[in-house]
Order: sequence, then structure tokens, then C-alpha cells
Amino acid sequence: MNQTSSRIPVTVLTGYLGAGKTTLLNRILSEDHGKKYAVIVNEFGEIGIDNDLIVKSDEEIYEMNNGCICCTVRGDLIRVVQKLMRRQGRFDAIIVETTGLADPAPVAQTFFMDEDVRAKAQLDAVIALVDAKHFLLSLGDSPEAEDQIAFADVILLNKTDLVDATELAKVEATIRRINPRAELHHTNRSDVDLAKILDRGAFDLERVMVTDPQFLDHHDEAHDHDHDHDHDHHDHHGHAGLDGNVHDTTIGTISLRGGDLDPKKFLPWIEKVTQIDGPDILRLKGIISFKDDPDRFVVQGIHMILEGDSQREWGEDEKRESRLVFIGRNLNHEKLERSFAACAA
Amino acid sequence: MVTIANIDLDEHAFVEWAGFVDDVPMFATADGDLIRIEGEQTVFNIHDGLLCAALSEDRRYLLTGGEDGKVCRVDAAGSSSVLAEQPGDWIDLIAAGPREAVAFACGREARVIVDSEIAAKITLERTIEGLAFAPKGLRLALARYDGVELHWVNSGGSMQFLEWKGAHTGVFFSPDGKYVVSTMQENALHGWRLKDARHMRMQGYPSKVKSTSWSPKGKWLATSGAPASIVWPFSGKDGPMGKAPKELGSMGKLQVTCVSCHPGVDVVAIGYSNGMILFVKIDDGQEVALRSEGRGPITSMGWNKSGHLLAFGSEQGEGGIIDVS
Repeated sequence: MNQTSSRIPVTVLTGYLGAGKTTLLNRILSEDHGKKYAVIVNEFGEIGIDNDLIVKSDEEIYEMNNGCICCTVRGDLIRVVQKLMRRQGRFDAIIVETTGLADPAPVAQTFFMDEDVRAKAQLDAVIALVDAKHFLLSLGDSPEAEDQIAFADVILLNKTDLVDATELAKVEATIRRINPRAELHHTNRSDVDLAKILDRGAFDLERVMVTDPQFLDHHDEAHDHDHDHDHDHHDHHGHAGLDGNVHDTTIGTISLRGGDLDPKKFLPWIEKVTQIDGPDILRLKGIISFKDDPDRFVVQGIHMILEGDSQREWGEDEKRESRLVFIGRNLNHEKLERSFAACAA
Repeated sequence: MVTIANIDLDEHAFVEWAGFVDDVPMFATADGDLIRIEGEQTVFNIHDGLLCAALSEDRRYLLTGGEDGKVCRVDAAGSSSVLAEQPGDWIDLIAAGPREAVAFACGREARVIVDSEIAAKITLERTIEGLAFAPKGLRLALARYDGVELHWVNSGGSMQFLEWKGAHTGVFFSPDGKYVVSTMQENALHGWRLKDARHMRMQGYPSKVKSTSWSPKGKWLATSGAPASIVWPFSGKDGPMGKAPKELGSMGKLQVTCVSCHPGVDVVAIGYSNGMILFVKIDDGQEVALRSEGRGPITSMGWNKSGHLLAFGSEQGEGGIIDVS
């Protein structure tokens, strides 16, 4: 598809009510960057946003078939984005502000599954704002808070001035347990350098690894977790010293590493994994080294949506290896590791 | 076959509606401009952002809704009057009905104007995505998630729900009022025969169906959404059930984006993603090229009363009038 360059970038802001979304939005809109934004706010959105182009929309989930989470998109975004795109030149980028309880997956999937939206707009990144003071409480109440963290490319741990260092460490450890690979910034009043949250290309295969260079180098603490929990009351084997304080999380990360792979084994395998485990996979990303192929092969996915392509040549100093990360619920680490290993060339 | 006029627009102008208002060629753009051609081109601004447009039943007025919350009625001279105003709302949909009735919708609410007054307000549980009047009587079809609701405007809100799972993105009646058909998110049409609510599934499209048009007596339903116009037969008592549709104007990879049936004979104008327009006889599929190509996909087409002139518009600031006589 040769439509990549002209597509309008879309940034999605998630986070609980009071986490600082409106403050961040106003910062984005008021800063002197010469860019014009169209802002899509939910119907219950706080007022006080100063922008020429604000569109209200009610978050409407379309289930495409069988009620499968992998097939859900946001009907309101399909309508609004299509309408907006008819008047070119009015804006350079779109920001979608979601309600505190919004599930980020249908928002993201809309930009891959709807042909019209996909032709005109490109998801840039999902930003999660976290209220350092209230996060642990909200995490206990609802799976949405956890989903928003797990899904994010960039996490702003906001209102850090309202908590002490110990509590901040607890919150950060909990966030890192759910999502070790997102970029995380500590902020007060959503004061982050906008370059760190806009134009990230987090879903762009060309750039998928550029924006998070240490993405797979993280040593995964979730390895020894049992990911087969069905309920909220798991006994835990958490981080030393924080036991009893770090919230239980149902979402974990699995990092896999290997050498050269056989594309004839890997491609059917990754397709099968996303088909079968898609509902439990929130995000996946990987760089794959195929035997005898000079190019890096990159993959990224959301639930059952999977994209893969050759990216660029392996550098001379670069160690050729295959690395793959899954963030999801109830993922079977042992099985994934074993079947991934079987893809070796 | 000759293009007798081209409108002159900015190349980013998206032509939302092209046709004839009281037989005067008019073009409405997404920016809210109305271009009128009578000898020369005149431009009127009617909205700060136009979202929808529909011709009145007597074809004497163009009804429009905008990002500015206004519902307007424009006459053949180009002068517009505001029928209703809801500041801060986007008027997403508009429909024209019998006795000069006008319906418009924003979000989950639809309103009906009869005799210049808001005669009814209908609120749905889900967003209204399609709006159409029945050909007779003040009965409104509203498409929404999981089906179509039929509301009588004047009888205390009696409602019939035609259920079909999934997202319905548009709705219209057959000219004889016997059928209701919706367009769907999942590349299909869904129809109901009203007397017994029997389902009709019309599927197999590679893309969404965004443009539909009935042949003069409702014998055929022409549709976009494929690399040919898919034309469903509605002449039998069971509509298209059990019958194969015709595929007209097949052009390889080019997608059909717009269709408009001739007002007098069973011929359809088919517009494509590259700006091409063909004139195709429904009976035998015989084709005549009216326009070879342009900058952008054809978005709208409309015939004058006699069926001699076809107005068209595209996504990229193109529009014109073709003489087919």
C-alpha cells in the first residue's frame, strides 16, 4: 500500500477521569508548534478545551461478529474520521480523547479494520495518563485501568507531586509489571516534552523499533508468573520488598528470543498464535531474523490483527537475533516459548 | 456525449452533492459552498462545513445539514433559509419527505419538520446512522446498530423494529414502499419486505456500499462497493431473493464509488474511483463512456428532469455537467 505518507496521524489519550487528559490536551493545543489538530472528545468530556475543531462523539462499540473482542471497532470514530477527512488542510493530526472507562483495543483496531479510516488515517500512538495518587485504587476496581496501561506506547505517570517516593515506586513497579516496554515519563500537571508523545510512529512497521530501542532488552520479571489465573485473587510472587503493596495484575509480558528462524515455520506459527490466543493478546511486537534474508523482518499486532514486513537490512555490527514480545492476559509462557523455539531454521 | 460545463474549485474541495435543483445544476462541497451554474458559475456559502444534503421530493429545494448545527433549505436561485439550528451539534443526516417534510438527525436524536415547525422528536438508544422517509405517509426509517426502526411521525410514536445484528450505516425505501434496505458496515446490504418483515441478504461486496440508486419504477437497485456496479432485481414478488444480481461496468481493479439511475429508462450512470463515468444499459450491459478519468473518486451524481443532463462531482474539487442526449 502506497498510502502511508499522506495519512493523518492519530494520537489516542487514555486514562481515568482526573488523570490529567484535559490538561495534556490543552498543552498540546496551546503550545507553539505550528500544527493544527482536530480533537475528538467523548460526549461526557470535560469542557474547557480551546480549539477550533472539536468534535463530540459517543463511544459506540461495533461488534463485528460473535462478540469477539478482536473484531470490535468504534463506530463513532469511523463516522467522525470519515467526515473530518472530507475537508483537507484544516488540520495536520487528530487527537482522540477517550472516557476513563474506555477499552483502548476497539479504538486502535478501528484504524486497522475499517477500510475507509485506514486509507486516510494512521494510528500514531496510544498514550496512557496515570494519576499517581489514585492509580492503585482504580486498578483494584476495574480491568479498564489495567488494559489502558498494557496497551499504551507511552505512559505519563502524572501528579507525582502528590505522592512520596515510596508510593511512587510502588505505582511504577505495578505499571512496569503490566507493561515493561512502554516509554514512561514522570510528570506534574501533564508537563511533558510534546516530542515524547507526538509523532511516535508506534504502529508504523518502518519505525516500530526505533521509538522504543530498549523494547526487548528489558529483563522480564513476569517470567516466573503463572499466567493462568482466572480470578482476581491470585497468590503472588511479586517483587521482593513490595509484597502486599504491589497490586495483583492479570496482565503480563512474555519476551522470547531466538536465533535465525525459518519463515515457513514462523509465519504460520505467529498467525496461528494470534488466531487462537488473539483475545488474550493485547499487543505484540517483534524483530525477526530469517535465515539467509539480509533484511530485518518486523511484526506488530493487536489481538488478532497482525502486520509484518521486511524493514531494513541488518547492520554489520548488529547481532542477528529474533525477538518477540507479547503483552496479554493468561498467556502460556512455556507453550509460547516451546513453539517459538520450534520455528528455528 | 459531451461535457458542457466544468466547475472550477480548489482541488481539495470534496463535492458532497451534485445534481439539479429545479433543473438548475448545483454542487455542494464539504466546506459548505454551493456552486450554481446557470450560464456562469456562482458560489454561495451556506454552512461552515456541510455534512449532508438531500433533494426535496418535488426537486425544487436542496436540504442541507452542517457542522455549524444548521439545517438549511436552498432554492434554485441559490438563496438559503435556515429551517432549524442546534449550535454545537453536527447535523449528520437529512432526509426529505412527502408534504415538504424534512427530517434531520444528530447523534441519537432525530427531528421532523412539518409546516415549518418541529413536529416530532425521536430519540434512539444508539446513534442514528441512516434516515429516510417512506414514499407515502409520514413514516421515517432510522438505521442504527442492530437494525432499522420505523416510526410514524403523526401517530403517537408507534414504532416497528426491524432487527438484524450488526452496524447499519444507511437506510432507504423502495419507490413502491414495499421494501426497506440498509447498507451495512460489513460490506453488505440487508433488506426487509415490509408486509411480513422477511429478510433479504445481499452480500459478497469487497467494500462498503456507499451509493445506491433505484431504476425509475423500482425494478432494479444499482449499488457501489465492488469493481462493478452490482444491480439487484426487485421486479418479482420476493425481491432479489433467489436471483443473481447483474454486474455492470466491470473494470478490473477500479472500484465503483457512485451510481445514479436515469429518471426515464433503465440505464445507470456509474462513477469510479479514478473519476471515470460510464453510462450502462441495465438490460444488456451495453456501455458508453461519459468521462474517461479525473483526479479523484466520483462522490455524487444527479440527473435533470428530462434525463438529458447528468451532473457529477468528485473528492478532488472536480464537477461538471454531461449532455447525454
